[in-house]
Amino acid sequence: MKLKATWFDTIIVVIICLISLLVILPFLYIIAVSFSPPGDSMAGNFFIWPKHWTLDAYSYLLNANTFLTSVKNSVIITAMGTVLSLFVSITLAYALSKKFLPGRRIMLLVIFFTMIFHGGMIPNYLVVKNLGLIDSYWAVVLPAASSAFNIMVIRSFFQSLPESLDEAARIDGAGEFRILYSIVLPLSKPIIATFTLFFMVQFWNEFFSAVIYLNDTMRWPIQPLLRQMVAISASNISAEAAVDASLAANLGPNVQNAAILLAMLPIVMVYPFLQKYFAKGAMLGSIKE
Amino acid sequence: MQRALRPKRFHQLWPFYLLAAPGILYFLTFHYIPMTGLILAFKEYSPFKGMMDSPWVGLDNFRQFFGTSDFYMLLKNTLLISLLNLIIYFPFTIFLSLLLNEVRLKVFKRVSQTIVYLPHFLSWVVIYGITISFFGPSGVINHYLGQWFDGSANFLVSNEWFRPLVIFQSIWKDAGWGTIIFLAALAGINPEQYEAAKVDGASRLQSIWHITLPGIKGTIVILLLLRLGSSMDSNFMQIFLMTNSLNLDVSNVFDLFVYHVGLEQFNYSFAITVGMFKSVASLILVLGANYAAKLLGEEGIF
Repeated sequence: MKLKATWFDTIIVVIICLISLLVILPFLYIIAVSFSPPGDSMAGNFFIWPKHWTLDAYSYLLNANTFLTSVKNSVIITAMGTVLSLFVSITLAYALSKKFLPGRRIMLLVIFFTMIFHGGMIPNYLVVKNLGLIDSYWAVVLPAASSAFNIMVIRSFFQSLPESLDEAARIDGAGEFRILYSIVLPLSKPIIATFTLFFMVQFWNEFFSAVIYLNDTMRWPIQPLLRQMVAISASNISAEAAVDASLAANLGPNVQNAAILLAMLPIVMVYPFLQKYFAKGAMLGSIKE
Repeated sequence: MQRALRPKRFHQLWPFYLLAAPGILYFLTFHYIPMTGLILAFKEYSPFKGMMDSPWVGLDNFRQFFGTSDFYMLLKNTLLISLLNLIIYFPFTIFLSLLLNEVRLKVFKRVSQTIVYLPHFLSWVVIYGITISFFGPSGVINHYLGQWFDGSANFLVSNEWFRPLVIFQSIWKDAGWGTIIFLAALAGINPEQYEAAKVDGASRLQSIWHITLPGIKGTIVILLLLRLGSSMDSNFMQIFLMTNSLNLDVSNVFDLFVYHVGLEQFNYSFAITVGMFKSVASLILVLGANYAAKLLGEEGIF
């Protein structure tokens, strides 16, 4: 059957185009401001195409110590967090995918309960503090190492693998770790890729735990620094430690918007890879046993 | 035969327990030990005496909390934001799903989905930064307001604009992402129904009304109940960033209050009391939502 566009199709396409435009326009504007001299954007005489191009903002940021340190911190936190989260989530989810494992239901219940009830912000803070993690990267990484949702999704993937597979390996005399490492994990590439990217996004975007657990601003990842950089123009910085003075003095709209762009750059870079998997990954979570 | 292949005895099972151990240890340390901290809600925490030896005060903290006007303000602000999300953001997501579902050109559909999913992956700080670029005192909106209408508005520091901005941010960030689950439900509708309707002379709008919407009714009900169940939770990160001393009357929600009282004023016991009230109320709402789902003949959330 040949598709014939009706007025109905046209209206739908137009509305979706408008919505997509509403999503894209802010990005284009941010990019344009970051490449414009501050005077231009404050006078507002362009919208998405700069009148005069300049790389000042980027060369400034790439030479600003505070900014580079925060990028370094973010990279470390993202790397640590991703590796740890993958390890903790995969091992636990794998064990829980084994229906013959005594105690499995109890463990599932213990994990599931954390989805509907939790101690809250202050008790979490006290635990992190009592473990002596304040001002260390671990304070950001450890409390976020996994979640009930992650475990459920990864587990349901493992359960979808044929059981006969590891039984065959067992007959051949392979140990359980060997089975996981050389048979199950290679077969789980899609789910591992999905979660690697999810965890990377999660830790790169980490903001609040850095604010409350890292008093030493030299340990700050990029998100809290970005918040202070942009909040200056909104004149609503709260009582927290201010950014370093030289950075604050040089903040024009171009620098602020360049910082916004650099803070989302890794996300925009992994997004095309993420995109291939996430719809499926997100759906796995809603499938019930 | 089957049985021999499955590990049954402890010497065969220990590898699985060893694999589970780090994860279980994580959940106990960072999810269950904090729950023990909730007893501080019934104590007057003294940093010198520690958690165990601080004196009991019974329900004093709760009495104090419910007795203040803060309680009603927090409840009102929290519920209002949830309610507005429920009546604006939620239907918009369904609307967007229906639109995307009606697109017949596959390439166009894929491209537009890619675009509308993207903001979901940005941090709230980035969204906040973009918001300032647009709605800040020297933002582009104010610039054009000044140019065209001879005026400006203090969007970020006013009570009136706080809620509209927050709802708009939520839609911009997550409405696209929210369509995934509806689109999956829509894909499950039997295409024969549409063909039959077409033969009967139904228009596209009529088939949406009589086939598509009833087809995703179950999903809508479940997601709606889930949202109702979490209406005590505001999107804390978003609110935290958008709040300031000038819009505190409308932006102060439970989580924010807990942060100010606990981590800025170091009044742990009182902050935990507020947090605990919120957690318990949430638990009741979630369980209630699940019960309601089952009453409506849906499968329930768990």
